[in-house]
Amino acid sequence: MKVSIAGGSGYAGGDLLRILLFHPEVEIVQVTSERHAGKLVTTVHPNLRKLTKLKFCPASELEPCDVLFTGLPHGHVMGRLAEFEALAPVLIDLSADFRMNNSDDYEKWYGKPHSCPQHLQDFVYGIPELHREQMRGAKRISGAGCNATATILALHPLFSEGLVESTVVEVKAGSSQGGNASSDASHHPERSGAVRSYKPTGHRHLAEIHQELDADIPVHFSATSIEMVRGLLATCHVFLNRQLTDKDMWKLYRKYYGDEPFIRIVKERSGIHRYPEPKLVAGSNYCDIGFELDPHSNRLVVMCAIDNLMKGAAGQAVQAFNIAHGFEETTGLQFPGLHPV
Amino acid sequence: MATCPVCDADVENPDDPVVGELLTCDDCGCELEVLELKPLKLGEAPEAEEDWGE
Repeated sequence: MKVSIAGGSGYAGGDLLRILLFHPEVEIVQVTSERHAGKLVTTVHPNLRKLTKLKFCPASELEPCDVLFTGLPHGHVMGRLAEFEALAPVLIDLSADFRMNNSDDYEKWYGKPHSCPQHLQDFVYGIPELHREQMRGAKRISGAGCNATATILALHPLFSEGLVESTVVEVKAGSSQGGNASSDASHHPERSGAVRSYKPTGHRHLAEIHQELDADIPVHFSATSIEMVRGLLATCHVFLNRQLTDKDMWKLYRKYYGDEPFIRIVKERSGIHRYPEPKLVAGSNYCDIGFELDPHSNRLVVMCAIDNLMKGAAGQAVQAFNIAHGFEETTGLQFPGLHPV
Repeated sequence: MATCPVCDADVENPDDPVVGELLTCDDCGCELEVLELKPLKLGEAPEAEEDWGE
């Protein structure tokens, strides 16, 4: 299957290359970057040295292919959708352009009108654990936001069963969420060692979270940047509307995720790794979910750790690609994170 | 098949179990102890406690 990547010089594009170079059903044909056109992709992604001789090309030189992944900044794909649709029958977009189901929500959260609202419904939202059946044979898939992925997967069983009275989510985020463009905020003396409240309220991923949880109560969400490059930890404080036990929670999460190839329920009673930790999933497509009930209140704490560039971007996009094409869902993704890191 | 007393997961019966034998639950990782044989009953194994010499 001939695959190209439009916008392959970013961190998510780099991870797409890292995965797809070893995918047995994929031949990567072209990778675009306007800024780096003509250079070897290994000049930007040096971890791929000796694995590929591909060079970046400008998007204007893209040729027809079977599947086009787009890793362009938000707002670019919706402006060039017709151009990309003419190149490939299947589009998988990693940006936020087609995550929302309706244009009002898009405008509310992104502050401007959507440029092709008639196509919003064409895209399947890219979390396989929620939309696996819709993904089979899909021609348009939108990648999900990384913070949204962790929050949605942590809360999905609870919202589906109507167990939530209210919830507050705190995400601790690594610096790679900010992309590979530098800024004053990412300058090393400023970013290193930071514990910076990034979005105490109003994070855009809330739009996806509300949509996908079909939440009729507010989900409160804050994000904090911490000293970490890859990964995020979502800590969800859930106030339950009924009394439940640890066994109830085990049964619930096992019911929803027991057969999921990339979700691991992590709750151990001893040792040093009792709950999900971003370090342990770094570089992998795994999503670790753990929980603990407060014995003195109706608060349940659900923790979810993912690699923002993998389960939160490139890895999940390849998982969706596999499902869409009838490949084994884990193809090209069967590797754990490193330990220790 | 026995049941984990912590997370309710199925725990495979060991061959020729003996009372006091230790098992581990695959789901929650809890160390379990065989308490009774017929029927097989499992309980949480006591955790080793640190002795700081006090």
